[in-house]
Amino acid sequence: MNDIITTMFNKTFMEELFKPQELYSKKALRTVFDRLAHASIMRLNQASMDKLYDLMTMAFKYQVLLCPRPKDILLVSFNHMDAIKDFIRDSPSIFNQVDEIFRQLIEMYSNLPAGEFQLIRQTLLIFFQDMHIRVSIFLKDKVQNSNGRFVLPTSGPVPYGTQIPGLIRMFSYNGDEMKKCEFPNGGSYTSPLQEGSFDLYGDRILKLGTNMYSVSRPVETHMSGTSKSSASHAKENAAPNPLAKEELNLLARLMGGLEVKKTTGSESGFRVNLFSTDEEEEEAAILRPSELSYQFINIQATQDQQSNEELARIMGEFKEEDPVSLSPCSKGDDLLAMMDGLL
Amino acid sequence: MYCREKSIQMKSSASALLNNLSVLPIAEKCLTYFTVVHCNVVNMVSASGDGLNFSHRQLQSKEGSIAASSSLIIQASWCVLPSRVLLVLTSQKGIQMYKSDGFIMVYWHALDIPETPSAEAVFARGNVAATMLGHYICVGTSSGSVLVFKIPDKGANIILSEVLEEHRDPITDITTETSRSKEYIADMVSADDSGLLCIWKAGEDFKLLNKIPAYGCSCSSIKLWSGIVIAGYGSGQIRLYDALSGVVHAEVNAHARWIYALDNTPELDKLLSGAEDSLVRIWKLSKSPESHSVEHQHTECVTDIQICGAKFCDPEGSAFAVTGYDLCEIIRFTLV
Repeated sequence: MNDIITTMFNKTFMEELFKPQELYSKKALRTVFDRLAHASIMRLNQASMDKLYDLMTMAFKYQVLLCPRPKDILLVSFNHMDAIKDFIRDSPSIFNQVDEIFRQLIEMYSNLPAGEFQLIRQTLLIFFQDMHIRVSIFLKDKVQNSNGRFVLPTSGPVPYGTQIPGLIRMFSYNGDEMKKCEFPNGGSYTSPLQEGSFDLYGDRILKLGTNMYSVSRPVETHMSGTSKSSASHAKENAAPNPLAKEELNLLARLMGGLEVKKTTGSESGFRVNLFSTDEEEEEAAILRPSELSYQFINIQATQDQQSNEELARIMGEFKEEDPVSLSPCSKGDDLLAMMDGLL
Repeated sequence: MYCREKSIQMKSSASALLNNLSVLPIAEKCLTYFTVVHCNVVNMVSASGDGLNFSHRQLQSKEGSIAASSSLIIQASWCVLPSRVLLVLTSQKGIQMYKSDGFIMVYWHALDIPETPSAEAVFARGNVAATMLGHYICVGTSSGSVLVFKIPDKGANIILSEVLEEHRDPITDITTETSRSKEYIADMVSADDSGLLCIWKAGEDFKLLNKIPAYGCSCSSIKLWSGIVIAGYGSGQIRLYDALSGVVHAEVNAHARWIYALDNTPELDKLLSGAEDSLVRIWKLSKSPESHSVEHQHTECVTDIQICGAKFCDPEGSAFAVTGYDLCEIIRFTLV
């Protein structure tokens, strides 16, 4: 855990993240994710990695979608940060680094108006559009339907700042309240809870973003029965993106700053398998519909690192080269070796 | 009351954007056109009057000379002028105007984009045709400006005639007077993310008639009916104000989540509201010498869908259509 968190909160990486920029493409995000997952001695093969990524994206989609108010996406992030801090509370150096980032988040986002948060949320929802992968824990908890859509309850507390629907107040021309009328609101809403804390420490109130696994359950994601819409989303993935080259350069810059954990011969490392048996994992890799496979970008990190000052010129040339070469995760060692070359 | 009809399938799902449905009924051809935005593409469906035949098109955002752009479209809507109808697309880069069938672009206006990316997003949003006096199309921007374009009866000689600078926050929606009567002075209302509403008189020089202050919540959708401003807010509340004086006529605790769309009928005084809480509600508006009143008439729940667009399909309000985030259908309801 320490390794992953140390890598994720690396100063250079965080500086890049805090710069105003467009949403990452799906490929770019997947590549960063893989890199982070391999920052420790943990190893996953393609099938398990795909599963983990699906789980992460659907979980975050759930959190963003279900936020009662747009500003609550910040509370979700704070819940994440609180959990991260708890993991590394015994390591002062990384704890301070995480704390520092937390302060920057507070400084940058706490005073954004609601409309800006809604825009951020709408943009994030574009990233998650058409993803309906079913997640076993969500199906069991009845927060997701068998068609992959999340349940939107018409009950429970209304968001902070909203009134329970059902009342109409009418005023005369001089402003006096004249009439009150009620209507059935079609749900069973209750009063809002108090507002969560946006400080470094405090009760966030909102449960979205807290540990889904506080009660242990088996985790699975379902590949079979994914609807046509997933295929269309994957097709969108494959369409040539004129900004691909620019993104790769950015990624190279980001990854240049990320440290690498080597597995030496003597360390056994540990391999994470998200399926019940090794055979099942292999089978899943074979059976996974090709349109849902994530394609990998092999980053020529060494090369681009040298040409940092030429980045602006390179970005100007939006050539339709083929920067994407497919390289399955079992060659993850190659990527690591490449990163080693940077140090 | 209303009952659900067979949905219209789209080629791709609706994005979570404010007012993400535009409907153009073409009475003489017995057709209805629908547009819904999906990322950088606009889904256009034309439906026959009997509801049996559909034809689909997808219009990709084109910016200036770039054939296909990846910049996100924020809004697509038809602007109906006396002699022509234009399809107006607003995106992160600028404003595109097409002939009503979506095939030919007649005008492109680029927004000023700063050289280095700033912390604030740049985009245009809130398109409406102001037809009371002259022929104008007004579009809002993320800086709070409202751009006024003068539109000739035909041809591409569209010019930016004025920039209205009263808002400081991103424009969310703009609307014009929907009643047919000419007695009302206010022609247009613009709303922004802070909740401020500006009331305008259209003309060679647009004149600011009134400013209705924000009450603390973003205003996401507005309509103007018989001199009354109807505003939908992020808090889920709908408020009715007198356009010229700003007096509040009614406050409705309408929805449990952010309101994404409002629509009203010029005849029969009906109001439609759709919100993220998955509910669509129909209201009856009425005016009396003492006050204006709002009455709830009907609620439909589109289970597990956050509504992002809602529009009546005809001037009498005998049918309405709804879109939702991640949904590949346009859901329709008709009066029985």
